[in-house]
Amino acid sequence: MSAATTTAGTAAGGRAPAAPSGIRFDNVSVAYGENVVLDSFDLTVEPGEVMALLGPSGSGKTTALRAVAGFVRPCAGRVLIGGRDVTGLPPHRRGIGMVVQQYALFPHLRVEDNVAFGLKARRGRTASRAETAARVAEALEMTGMAAYARRHPRELSGGQQQRVAIARALAIRPGVLLLDEPLSALDTRLRSGMLAELARLHRDLPDVSVLYVTHDQVEALTLADRIAVMDRARLRDCGTPQDLYRRPRTEFTASFVGNANLLPVTAGPDGTADFAGTRLTVTPAEGAAPGASATLCVRPHLVGLGDGPNTLHGRVTEVQWRGATHRVYADVAGHRVMADLRELRTTPEHGSDITLHFAAEDAVLLPAGAGSTDDE
Amino acid sequence: MSRPGTPAPPRPTRERYRGERRKVSSALWALPPLLALGLVFLYPLVLVVRQSFTQDEGGPLSTAPYAQVFAEASFTDAFGNTVLIALGATAGCLLLGFALALVIAFVPFPGSRAIGRFIDVFLAFPSFLITLALLFVYGTAGLANGLWADATGAAGGPFDFLRTPWGVLLAEITYFTPFVMRPLLAAFSQVETGQLEAAASLGARPARIVRKVIWPEALPSLAAGGALVLVLTLNEFGIVLFTGAKDVVTLPVLIYTKAILDGDYTGACVVAVVNIALSLALYALYRAVAARAGGARTPSTGGDGHRARA
Repeated sequence: MSAATTTAGTAAGGRAPAAPSGIRFDNVSVAYGENVVLDSFDLTVEPGEVMALLGPSGSGKTTALRAVAGFVRPCAGRVLIGGRDVTGLPPHRRGIGMVVQQYALFPHLRVEDNVAFGLKARRGRTASRAETAARVAEALEMTGMAAYARRHPRELSGGQQQRVAIARALAIRPGVLLLDEPLSALDTRLRSGMLAELARLHRDLPDVSVLYVTHDQVEALTLADRIAVMDRARLRDCGTPQDLYRRPRTEFTASFVGNANLLPVTAGPDGTADFAGTRLTVTPAEGAAPGASATLCVRPHLVGLGDGPNTLHGRVTEVQWRGATHRVYADVAGHRVMADLRELRTTPEHGSDITLHFAAEDAVLLPAGAGSTDDE
Repeated sequence: MSRPGTPAPPRPTRERYRGERRKVSSALWALPPLLALGLVFLYPLVLVVRQSFTQDEGGPLSTAPYAQVFAEASFTDAFGNTVLIALGATAGCLLLGFALALVIAFVPFPGSRAIGRFIDVFLAFPSFLITLALLFVYGTAGLANGLWADATGAAGGPFDFLRTPWGVLLAEITYFTPFVMRPLLAAFSQVETGQLEAAASLGARPARIVRKVIWPEALPSLAAGGALVLVLTLNEFGIVLFTGAKDVVTLPVLIYTKAILDGDYTGACVVAVVNIALSLALYALYRAVAARAGGARTPSTGGDGHRARA
């Protein structure tokens, strides 16, 4: 990919301005009969921003993406691309680039013809024959696939096919790039490499808005400027990866974006909370009035061994070795607490007593039921 | 692994004996179907070919019957009719079959699945049934002419084409179109929805998607369906007979006329051999074209014959 990296800057430098960028969902709902698959969805993706739609299967994230692409028609609300209402426009008039999970390359066309497909489809509207050839070369160079231009898709590996799919989407210079679980068909090693490639591509194309659908929190945390967390057809939370990880606002976000210990507590005064008779110092949350039930969120890797500011005493129920860390499961007053501890020289015995602690700034108080899936 | 110059050790006798026994056993298993094939199919065929070269019963083999039949105007007409109707019906089936399969496979509408299943049932219908149905609709005393007569008060209707080559063509297209649709629907079910959506997102209009994405995927199935229909229409007898088109004589009808009505068995066998040769030639042409198309679709690997790994 080094060749691609060196040429990418040049290619990007000479690029004509992309199509209008930025996406806005304005109270969009999609339903199939009685089944609402996207419910009153409001979200704005700024020009040049990478927005990850993160959620479990059936959360409505792919439906949201398909509503932008024009493959599902909202039963309510509007979809805007670059400020233009495209709700009623057919897909071919939306000016978007799209990459799907299974690449969807045209098997009978060579790589270069796959990449040229969109440009030829638009010829007369945007690209001349010479410009088509130039743009195909540019897109293939950007994705490091120039050497494979004469091959057919079946002669390429999964990672190479994915790059061709990305080149094909970028060749038309879209203002909006839609990525629907683009890495889920790749193995872990390739996925990691492609994540870096996607990040580099976005640096080369800073004007392109990217809507990235995934159920993989690592992909979302790595790539996105902001993450929209979805569940059961609704938007649950939206914020920067750091925000959502460190200061989740809902139980669902806390448990879906990274691992979390979620402990039932009673909110106390002055940033305190009561957990099974133990007074803890925590980061307070809006809506958690003293005396109210709340949930305490602590990330496992922020839990330490031994005494500290917030100390919990429990019994070891399981120890898992994970290479660089040990994951210790403890039973604390009938609740499971996970701690990711740097590889221990002496692992605690199953059933032995254990003392754990965490800092107040690492313990986030969430109002009980906030963002739980049954809160409607 | 034996060293150079050292004779390889002989195979154990028992193993060699088992191998030979297995070969004999395989040959014995193959014998009954081969005998049945020869008796039921090849022997009658040989008799037909032999008869076609026999001018006088018990006389020497001769090409004179061929010269005689080829000189007849009825044979030339039948040959021309057969080829024209077969080609026309095949073209019609391909056009109609492609359009219908496209709609059933890609245009969502209530009942599309049921229609897809009905195609399978349709394939099991006898050909004369379709002709009979067309007679009910477009025949002289059929539905269409009746409606026309009721509406205008005329004695008869304008539809009088069933006994012409056009009637035969319509009946054959109606009956054989599902033979093209079945493989096409199977091929269309393999086309990824993602490919169609990717094409649309790249700016391709529906017509371009059909031309550039669906059509190339459908070509092998079209070729297979088309070849099948071509061979079937070349040999179609029931439809031509049931339309009652006396002036539309095809090779199968000529065989029937010569053998059953005229008692000219040698002439019938000559026409039958020509019909067989025509079918085989078309089949060979189809295989050659299919092989060539398959070869063209096989990608060149640019020196690397293996699927690349990232």
